[in-house]
Amino acid sequence: MSFASTQFLAFFGVLFLLYYTVPRRWQWKLLLAGSLFFYWFAGWWCLIYIGVTTVTTWLAARRIDALAREQDAWFQEHKAELSREERKARKAKDRSIRFRWLLGCLLVNFGILAVVKYTNFVIGNLNAAAAALGGGQPLPTLSLVLPMGISFYTFQAMGYLIDVYWGKSPAEESLGRFALFVTFFPQLIQGPISRFGDLSRTLYSEHPWDSRQIAMGVERVLWGLAKKLIVADRLAIPLRALVADPEQYNGVYVLAVIFLYAVQLYADFTGGIDITIGAAQMLGVQVTENFQRPFFSKNAAEYWRRWHITMGTWFRDYLFYPMSVSKPILKLHQKCRNRFGRFGKRISVHTCSIILWFVTGLWHGASWNFIVWGLLNGLVIIISQELEPLYDKFHARFPRLKGSRGWDAVQVLRTFWLMGAIRVLDVYRDVPLTFRQLGTVFTAFRPQVLWDGSFLELGIGMGDWLVAAAGAGTMLACSLLGRREPVRERLSRHSPHLAWGGCVVLIWLTLIFGVYGIGFDATQFIYNQF
Amino acid sequence: MEELLSILRELHPEVDFETCDTLIDDKILDSIDIVTLVAEIGSEFDVEVPAEELTPENFNSAKALWEMVRRLDEG
Repeated sequence: MSFASTQFLAFFGVLFLLYYTVPRRWQWKLLLAGSLFFYWFAGWWCLIYIGVTTVTTWLAARRIDALAREQDAWFQEHKAELSREERKARKAKDRSIRFRWLLGCLLVNFGILAVVKYTNFVIGNLNAAAAALGGGQPLPTLSLVLPMGISFYTFQAMGYLIDVYWGKSPAEESLGRFALFVTFFPQLIQGPISRFGDLSRTLYSEHPWDSRQIAMGVERVLWGLAKKLIVADRLAIPLRALVADPEQYNGVYVLAVIFLYAVQLYADFTGGIDITIGAAQMLGVQVTENFQRPFFSKNAAEYWRRWHITMGTWFRDYLFYPMSVSKPILKLHQKCRNRFGRFGKRISVHTCSIILWFVTGLWHGASWNFIVWGLLNGLVIIISQELEPLYDKFHARFPRLKGSRGWDAVQVLRTFWLMGAIRVLDVYRDVPLTFRQLGTVFTAFRPQVLWDGSFLELGIGMGDWLVAAAGAGTMLACSLLGRREPVRERLSRHSPHLAWGGCVVLIWLTLIFGVYGIGFDATQFIYNQF
Repeated sequence: MEELLSILRELHPEVDFETCDTLIDDKILDSIDIVTLVAEIGSEFDVEVPAEELTPENFNSAKALWEMVRRLDEG
């Protein structure tokens, strides 16, 4: 059930009315029932997968939490009798017992994800390697169907489990409440990847009717729908044409693909997240923001702090940090430091960065284009970190540049195009083809196609281009005006009724200018596939 | 404490680590600095800093860092 579908509208409408009709203490139970129905709608068998993740994580977290309490009670009682070495040894032993539970649960759940998402990718690569070596019969691929949102809910549940293991979050006692955390339908299919500590603050509370919050939520849902239906789905049409015939559409067309895909993905993904956050807000639940004006970033590292924030922080906190302080990496650090001095200190960190970006790429999809995409992101970040002394020298030579608006604009544009060029791996879905296409920007530029009417032969006419440009312009204006505070917040503070006015305008604009498929349903959101 | 300050100064010579208590809040230390710091602390003080200790509260000032090192060393 896509967010931009009449089915979702009907489902959410009924749920919303019931939510504010039933006694408030039942609200979270109704949300759980609604979330399970939403998930069942994608296929009853999906409930088995999410059920296994929910139950195993809940049980393991409860066990880890109980063990930690018992161990801590024992430790406090006997602390005075133990020497410093004995205390350390006891803590290490206790920790390893809890770690076994953590590891077991991680293996089960990441194992499920690995099997359903990556088995055919591994088989495909083994077959390709065997064929290259002149091997025999290829292995058959399996007919595995990916359960909806598995990458998102697995990461969310495992983040919670690690937090319990680290003692940062208490284990949830109620299986039902925990099941709601894992299955909460607005964020089930494309994130954000919430932390238990953040989401649980409002997920289980009783929510009275709050007109202002509901109006703001409706407005945000409609804003997300408008981005998706007016801009993203409209630009999807010429993009499909440009990618379908790469031989014809090379040179300057590749720059168009970079630019158009950046706008389409932004409208699609942030639109989907707007719907998630807005729908949750209508139910009184606060979901973490996932974007912070990412296209205004001045370098790649900053871009990744502002784009898909919850995924970036998940990888940082649960993969990058634990890996960086693990014994093998610390040993590597020691060796490189002794051998290569100042630069050597950074080798271990860069090694972790490369692994992190490899996994990030793999998380996005089981294909080489995503892996190369991830590795290139990591490489760009490492190179820019290593070039920092050079930047410092440059700025020492030209002190007036740093912080000036012109230089800021240069950095923003450079980052936008660089990240966009890497991102087209996601569009062509073929690594050699992507590099060939990027190469034609320098060998077959042909700028005349920009004004000779060729762009009017890509499936949409002048009117559609103008609507898409107006939509993209509005998104840009809202980003620029919302630097300190979102435009919607500012407007609604001046007049609380303005949000309803905004809703009416957005409904009309979406109805008139939206791009619809069969039965007024939109195409799937891009991030649903991850 | 002096050894810790010299590790910090090597990372960011321009920062006054004796007074600054917003190293994370003001983004003076980034994630690369943090893991480099953990590795250096491990070598210098022979303590293991587990991942759950990598919190803004522990890394916001040299004083907080020093307290964390002492706590971990005591077991």
